[in-house]
Amino acid sequence: MPVNVVSEWLNACSGCEISILNTGEALLDLLPHLNFVHIPALVDHKYFGQTGDGTTLEIPEAVVGIVSGGVRNTEHEHVLKAVREKVKILIALGSCAGFGGIPAEANMWKNEDVMDKVFRHCVTTESSADPKDPNVPVWTPSCKALDEVVKVDITIPGCPPHPDWIADALTALLEGKTAWALPERSVCDTCPVIREKKSGGGPIKRGMTNLEFNAEEGLETMRCINEQGFFCMGPVTLAGCAGKTGVPRCVQARTPCRGCFGPIRKGARPMVDMMGALTSVGLDPKTLIDRRAIMNRYIGAHGFLTPLPARPVK
Amino acid sequence: MGKVINIQPVTRIEGHAKVAITLDDAGNVTDTKVHVQALRGFEKFCEGRPVEEMPRIVCHICGICPWAHHLASSKAADACLGVTPPPAAVKLRRLMQSIAYVSDKILHFYFLAAPDFVIGPDADYSVRNVVGIIQAAPDIARQVVKMRQQGAMMLEHFAGRAIHPTFSQAGGVSKPMTEKEREEMLPQANELLEFSKFSINFAKENVFPKYLDAIKSIGVIEVGYLGTVTDDGALDFYDGKLRLMKPDGTYDDFAYDQYVDYIGEWVEPWSYQKFPYAKKWGKLDMSLDHPVGVYRTNCLARINVADKMATPLAQAELEEFRAAFGRPAHFTLLYHYARLIELVQAAETAVQLLNDPEITSTDIRAAVTPKAGRGIGCVEAPRGTLIHDYTTDDNGLITNVNLIVGTTHNNAAINMSVNQAAKLFIKDGKYDQGILNKVEMAIRAYDP
Repeated sequence: MPVNVVSEWLNACSGCEISILNTGEALLDLLPHLNFVHIPALVDHKYFGQTGDGTTLEIPEAVVGIVSGGVRNTEHEHVLKAVREKVKILIALGSCAGFGGIPAEANMWKNEDVMDKVFRHCVTTESSADPKDPNVPVWTPSCKALDEVVKVDITIPGCPPHPDWIADALTALLEGKTAWALPERSVCDTCPVIREKKSGGGPIKRGMTNLEFNAEEGLETMRCINEQGFFCMGPVTLAGCAGKTGVPRCVQARTPCRGCFGPIRKGARPMVDMMGALTSVGLDPKTLIDRRAIMNRYIGAHGFLTPLPARPVK
Repeated sequence: MGKVINIQPVTRIEGHAKVAITLDDAGNVTDTKVHVQALRGFEKFCEGRPVEEMPRIVCHICGICPWAHHLASSKAADACLGVTPPPAAVKLRRLMQSIAYVSDKILHFYFLAAPDFVIGPDADYSVRNVVGIIQAAPDIARQVVKMRQQGAMMLEHFAGRAIHPTFSQAGGVSKPMTEKEREEMLPQANELLEFSKFSINFAKENVFPKYLDAIKSIGVIEVGYLGTVTDDGALDFYDGKLRLMKPDGTYDDFAYDQYVDYIGEWVEPWSYQKFPYAKKWGKLDMSLDHPVGVYRTNCLARINVADKMATPLAQAELEEFRAAFGRPAHFTLLYHYARLIELVQAAETAVQLLNDPEITSTDIRAAVTPKAGRGIGCVEAPRGTLIHDYTTDDNGLITNVNLIVGTTHNNAAINMSVNQAAKLFIKDGKYDQGILNKVEMAIRAYDP
């Protein structure tokens, strides 16, 4: 018997869903075991009946609920709670659902400042009041991860999550398991670069130049990115971005990690730990430009990013 | 008192929207609105970020076309810092964009649009979807899944990431292509080209002929078009000048940095999505009988504004298309046809670039230093002209951002097409799920 699955996307970009499709032929083998009873991306099941005549939001009963995207407005809250009520196991898919993701960078500002920019200070926009209509859901006070609103059973992190882990988690559930998690390892634990535990010192370099490497050779002949004097979030980021095999995917592109898989364990303080990691190779964290935003790029929910008080005028 | 029919959520599109159709006492349509309910605020939270980080932040605007945002952002960063990337870097950017285009077009045609045509617009929703397609045509479905994944894996193997890439940089790209990588990718690109040719022939033989009546009726409007062309008028996904065409086919060409003179954005209280319009044509009016300022983007717009396609097989397809539907072609469902013509160009372009000896040059990044400037970077995203406009301070930190993304250009046109379809199909208060799905088909054509 196939297992009923509900899938929803909230404040999302669709990257998680595309990553599911990138499972490729493995997906075709999984599909007969999954019965998608609600998935707006692919199936025309509607919230209020197929002709919209219902009065309550109807999500079908299912064993598994997969939700991507964070919570940014009242409708997201409403849909998320409705899904939670109808599913046994709720999966937060991706970094927005897990810990805020990129959209939670907006948490560095008050909502009214964001709206003011978008609707009144963009060069081509004719200055207007914020949209206000019963069909335009109002923003929640901040951009939240799912577990700030409902209980989450499984988090598949990543921006996007690697297709290997999506298939792995679903397979585990089909086998009757109720929990799934990636092992608590850092990106550095899976990164083959050469490490000597020291850098050349000096201010942390911006990405204005490329890393030093020989393109004809693998990563095992490239020096660690932090030790080259650039900023890489590998030391404090959960491993797994390249799936079951392969090297960290941003490093594969010869670019630094920015932490899209989130903290290595719940309750970690990546910013504090990262400052320690930089110091340990002889780099001064105070020389990192835009430090707060770059170190919390994918984890701005859970209170990591909040509006700063206005600076006193000099 | 009449009633309001809500289609919520709009499905098999890549976003969040709700359609509200208002009927009068007699049950006829008086008004329709497409409410876009999502807003994230990238224009604000990019302020303060280092410009060289932007290409890997703004790609997250869209998980389906991250490469388009990644590259428009790189071009805006190039311009802010006053640098021209080396030719091989531009070719590698174009190659990545072409491969991403192929995966994107396959996704939309087979996964999102095809259920309406292969399973049927009035079929029950439980089978009118990609799973239904897999059951109806398992061999083709397996090939579709495989080819779409192959494009994604080509991107991932070379550039590390298929989704939310980090490869393109201010001034160039992060790594060169080795001869070995080129040799591995070329046969894969040729396979994508063969599949692209199969796809357009399949659609021309088995899909479009059956739906000519639908094509000539659903969502039909006559408005303008915007797209990018080279100096000699060929359709280009990565670079060129903007061409804004009126409904009668006359047009203005202009450079990217003049976009503010031609495009304004209107805000309606009932949608978070703005309404770009051609401001030289007058005040925006979305009425069906006399629209003003409304233009469309995405594939149909591009093949309408272009004098020709950039590659031979795609050009042959365009000639066949124009012989049947003229220029500009206005029927909304022709977006599906135009999408497949572009699929062929994208695959041909990928093969051409992989045969170009310069693609393996190691000169891939120009020197850049932080400085104050303004940079406007445009590319053609799958869903339309993508405009990234950045201003930096002396330290290369972002002080101002303006973004107009592909689907936003189509906001007014989508509202009009939905209005047209609703008025066409809903009469005397009679409607069912099949009719409401036909209204949604007017949206899906735009692949919003």
